[in-house]
Parts: sequence; C-alpha cells; structure tokens
Amino acid sequence: MSARTLSIKENILGANKEKAEINRKLLDRHRTLMINIMSSPGSGKTSLILRAINRFRDKYRIAVIEGAIASSIDADKIARQDIPAIQINTAGGCHLDAQMIKRALDTLDLDRIDLIFLENIGNLVCTADFDLGAHKNVVILSIPEGDDKPHKYPIAFVEADAVLVNKIDVLPYFDFKLDAFPEIISGFNPAAKVFPVSAKTGEGLDCWFAWIEETLA
Amino acid sequence: MHEQSMVESLLDLALRNAEKANARKIVSINLVVGDYTGVQEEAANYYFGFLSKNTIAAGAKLNYSHVPGQLRCRDCDILFPLQKHDYHCPRCQGRRVEIVGGRELYIANMEVE
Repeated sequence: MSARTLSIKENILGANKEKAEINRKLLDRHRTLMINIMSSPGSGKTSLILRAINRFRDKYRIAVIEGAIASSIDADKIARQDIPAIQINTAGGCHLDAQMIKRALDTLDLDRIDLIFLENIGNLVCTADFDLGAHKNVVILSIPEGDDKPHKYPIAFVEADAVLVNKIDVLPYFDFKLDAFPEIISGFNPAAKVFPVSAKTGEGLDCWFAWIEETLA
Repeated sequence: MHEQSMVESLLDLALRNAEKANARKIVSINLVVGDYTGVQEEAANYYFGFLSKNTIAAGAKLNYSHVPGQLRCRDCDILFPLQKHDYHCPRCQGRRVEIVGGRELYIANMEVE
C-alpha cells in the first residue's frame, strides 16, 4: 500500500478536556462546587484548605480530593477533620488528569457535598495544562518563592481565577514586592483576584473566604 | 512537562485516526508544539518508542514543529515574541500583556501506509 497523509489537527490533550467537561457536568447536576488548588510544594495548599474547612464546616458539606506523588501525609491531616477525603496517589506522576478525578468523584456521595477542594500535586508547570473539571482554579504563591514566579510559570497564573499570596507574615524578611504584585497578575490575567493571606496568622483570609462564598452563591 | 501522559494521549489519538482510515502502519507523525508546553523531544521520543511497541505506530518518527511564545499588548495591540521571560510591551513598556501563541499541542497530520 502506498504512503498517504492523514490530516488530523486535533489537540493531544483533547480527550482529557472532554473528560473534564464530563466531570464538570456531573458536579453541576449535584450542585457541587469544585475548586482546584495549585502551587509549588510547600506554598501552603493543605494549610489553607484546613483553614477553609474550619471556617465553613458548619455551613457547607465539604470534601477534599488530595493529589500526592507519594505518601498520604496530607490526606491524613484532612481525614482528621472528619470530612470525606479521597487520596489520589500518582506514584511519581507530576500531575492529575480528568480521569483520575472522575474515579475520585465516583466514590463520593455528591448529593451530600456542597464544596470540594481539590489539592493538586505540588507543581506549577504540569498541573496547569490539565483541565480537571473544577469550576475555579486557585493558584497559591508564597512570599519566600519570590514575585518573579508568574513570569517563570505564566500558564498557571493565566488559568487562575484567584491567586493567594501566602505567608505574608514573613514579608519583612524577603524582597517580594507585594504592592506591585497585583499588577503583574492583572497584566496576564485581568479577571484574576489577588488575595494576600497568611495561613499561619489568619491575616487576609476573610477576603478569600468571601470569594468562596460568592462563588458558592 | 509530562511526556509520558502526553505521549499516551498522542498515541491514542494517532491510532484512532489510523484505524478510521484503515491504515496498516503509521510512518511518521507531525506535531505542532508550543514552547509553553515545555515538551522535551528526547523524553517524548523515549516514551513513544516504549509505548508504541506492538502497535501499528511502532517505529514511527515524531517530527516537531515548534511554536515560540507570542504576546500581545492589550494597550498597543501589537504582537511580539516572548524573550527571556520578559513580559513588558516593547513599545509602551506596559505589563498588560496577553499570551496569544505558544500553547499549541496537536497532531497536524501523519504519514500512513
């Protein structure tokens, strides 16, 4: 048989995108909001999720999906809160995909859940390329990481609905220019909200919590 | 990036299209890859060689066409290429810059027999 050219022009991650849409529709049917939380390792994803659980646990029914490359350290912390926590272990994989999230959602009783926090793998590079079916993407950047990170890892920030600048309690010890930071984000992504917070002291968290409540309403 | 899962998706897409066209063998796959995707050719080729074994894509060559990052100033409405993580508009020095190119990741076409 002779050689011939097949025109394809199809996105390689298109299948993941389709599965992500299925996840979103599933969540919509159950009126469950899912917030995807992305950051580098150590920026405070788990701490900020724990803060939000404590704030909202009497008002909303919350579950957490925990992505981890290995170990269940974060999932164990969440499980101690006595709320549903599903651990996804990627066994070395650098990101989650929509199919993994589908399997996690299938184990949850979504009719009894208002809000899911999806703690992504600690990684700002790979995670941003994979739509998981969340309604909102939140990116956390902590003060010690430096204010140049949006320029180094722009895609995560371009996809963000909100950016939390965590660990503002240590701002005096670093060169992070917090005043100028919102302008860096709005340059890329005018729609994103920027919330300076400290998971440790609680400073600024009310603004982030108000954003969650608005999103749930 | 995440070459393994990228290659899994790529192979799946290629095999589905080859099957639809009743092809017996995939000779080469022409990819369009934006610089923002961070795909490393060497790693992608490695996973492709491994994952395509025992399929009609075994031995196929992956050809990469790279798309550089391209930016647009929202104020001046000019396009300019990304250079060294610099997100300032070369005309007004402003930071209101939109990423308009460099996120591509698709199969343009492929040679089959």
